[in-house]
Amino acid sequence: MNNVLRLENITMQFGGVVAVDNFSMEVNEGEIVALIGPNGAGKTTAFNAITGVYEPTNGAIYFHDKLIIENYPKGKMKKLYAGSNRGKYTKSVVKTPDKITKLGMARTFQNIRLFKSMTVFENVITAKHLRRKSNLLTATLHLNFAEEKRMRRETMELLKLVGLEDVKDSMATSLPYGMQRKLEIARALATEPTLLLLDEPAAGMNPQETIELTEFINFIRKEFDLTILLIEHHMNLVMDISDRVYVIDFGKEIAQGVPAEVQANQKVIDAYLGASEEDE
Amino acid sequence: MFKTNKNSLSTGKKAFRVADLIVILVIIALFIIADLFLPSYDIKAKILQKGAVFALIAVSMNLLNGFTGLFSLGQAGFMLLGAYTYAIFTIPTLENRVAVYKYYTTTAADGTVRGGLVQFALPIGIAIVLAGLVAAVFAFLIGLPILRLKSDYLAIATLGFAEIVRAICQWKGLGTLTNGSNQLRMYPYFKSILPYFLISFGCIALIALLINSTYGRAFKAIRDDEVAAEAMGINLAKHKMISFVISSFFAGVGGALFAMYQNTIQAKPFTTTLTYEILLIVVIGGIGSISGSIIASFLYISCSEWWLRFLDTDTVIPGVTRNGFRLVVFSVVIMIIVLFFRRGIMGDREFSTKRIYDWAKNLGKKTKGAGK
Repeated sequence: MNNVLRLENITMQFGGVVAVDNFSMEVNEGEIVALIGPNGAGKTTAFNAITGVYEPTNGAIYFHDKLIIENYPKGKMKKLYAGSNRGKYTKSVVKTPDKITKLGMARTFQNIRLFKSMTVFENVITAKHLRRKSNLLTATLHLNFAEEKRMRRETMELLKLVGLEDVKDSMATSLPYGMQRKLEIARALATEPTLLLLDEPAAGMNPQETIELTEFINFIRKEFDLTILLIEHHMNLVMDISDRVYVIDFGKEIAQGVPAEVQANQKVIDAYLGASEEDE
Repeated sequence: MFKTNKNSLSTGKKAFRVADLIVILVIIALFIIADLFLPSYDIKAKILQKGAVFALIAVSMNLLNGFTGLFSLGQAGFMLLGAYTYAIFTIPTLENRVAVYKYYTTTAADGTVRGGLVQFALPIGIAIVLAGLVAAVFAFLIGLPILRLKSDYLAIATLGFAEIVRAICQWKGLGTLTNGSNQLRMYPYFKSILPYFLISFGCIALIALLINSTYGRAFKAIRDDEVAAEAMGINLAKHKMISFVISSFFAGVGGALFAMYQNTIQAKPFTTTLTYEILLIVVIGGIGSISGSIIASFLYISCSEWWLRFLDTDTVIPGVTRNGFRLVVFSVVIMIIVLFFRRGIMGDREFSTKRIYDWAKNLGKKTKGAGK
């Protein structure tokens, strides 16, 4: 199986706080991998490092075996750096989020970030801007009507597929919560990704909505041949859906493996229930 | 039954589109009529000219502030660059130049006296485009460092830029080019209303086309949520720069038209007050509405130049109204608008006959309901 995403010794340090410590992971093609951990474990930080929002302090990230991000402790971090593998990385390559998205990695956000003044349709078609072939002049003079037509058609197809066709002209923020989540995923799909990153897709959902979401994720995975990396708190969803699970706590990996293994792991239970030292 | 319903809906839409077109044609016709019947010194003609000029500048500011969400206050600076570029490059003859640059003349080897640095005159059309280009180039250069800034910081930086440009234009050292703090004059200008109208509305049409293209959607995405826009693959630096440069280009063109409208140009009126006036037009019209900016521009200019003029005479309320009282009333009106009609005339919607029709229908329903 091919490697879609590979993290090598990613360390993310803010001042003196090491949020992600020497974290490595692999996501293979076609897999659904979950990244779990208690609150403040560094999951979203890891996500932000992968998508280029943050510059990792040390380590490298490969996407389809192509280096997209590499960094080493420099400047202020030279002295402050508290992680490991110092000196292993020497380059500083950091692509911005838009370039990473262009390579085929799309994400959603923990707190839904839709374009507030736009309708559902506009939200999705905006994401099509990325794959445009027209330039400023042809777009302004509307000489790109063929492309515009294609964008509209593809957007409509996508909306039909995810079941948001009926609400296409409603304002994005007027939708119920579950639909907003769906819309955010649809918008990410419009960028034509090969890897989809979902940041707590089931946050704030009731059990019924969570079941629907599970089905939805499985559906889009098949439909679009996606590889999916997701952060989740919701254990049922994680156990149902994922092929492999990584567990981190205080920025460090404490376990990995298939869901059943991880669930039985004592370290994981301790991290989630906080049972270790205090109980003894 | 469903099908027929849908059909009637689409024909209804078409009818409204035709109605929109008719409205536009009527406006054009009104301008032509005004152009034919109003003498060029008439206050109404002057208002139409100035309104058209300010409409363009307000729309260019709206592109930046309303559609891209970049709060910039540098519009007066770019207007000044456009106005000066136009004036400097179009003073027609040697005698004119000597008369204009009378403090900055040079004597050539053969003994002829020359005024200023530029010794040629460009055709009006080319000079107007050049005015926009100069503003755009400056926008690009200062955009490189300052477009990283956000909200208030960007506003302060652009405000500072506008003030610096004005100060430099008044500097003696550049006198052979800008005529120092003296005015530039004797350049060609349009006497009638129509050319202002055509250039201004042509440019506004271009901006409207841009906003309705895929780039316009990207601008709005940046305005709504920068983080999400970037995650959707929109290059923030590039798109902010595009918006900034285009906005400045049209502010420069607007500046050139403003120079024509005024007949003479000086750096002095291009203060922050001018930027605030334009900002006010944008706010009154509705941030994020092109038609709102246009309507507000004509309203604002009519009020400030014409409708409230009577307050400046001391006969209206003896002892209270006097020269300048108009500005007091005007300020109060503006405060009321900002306090109670914060979304402006149009909000972030555009003018359309369908909207008016729906609005009228709703109004009818409401009054009927009240009657019962």
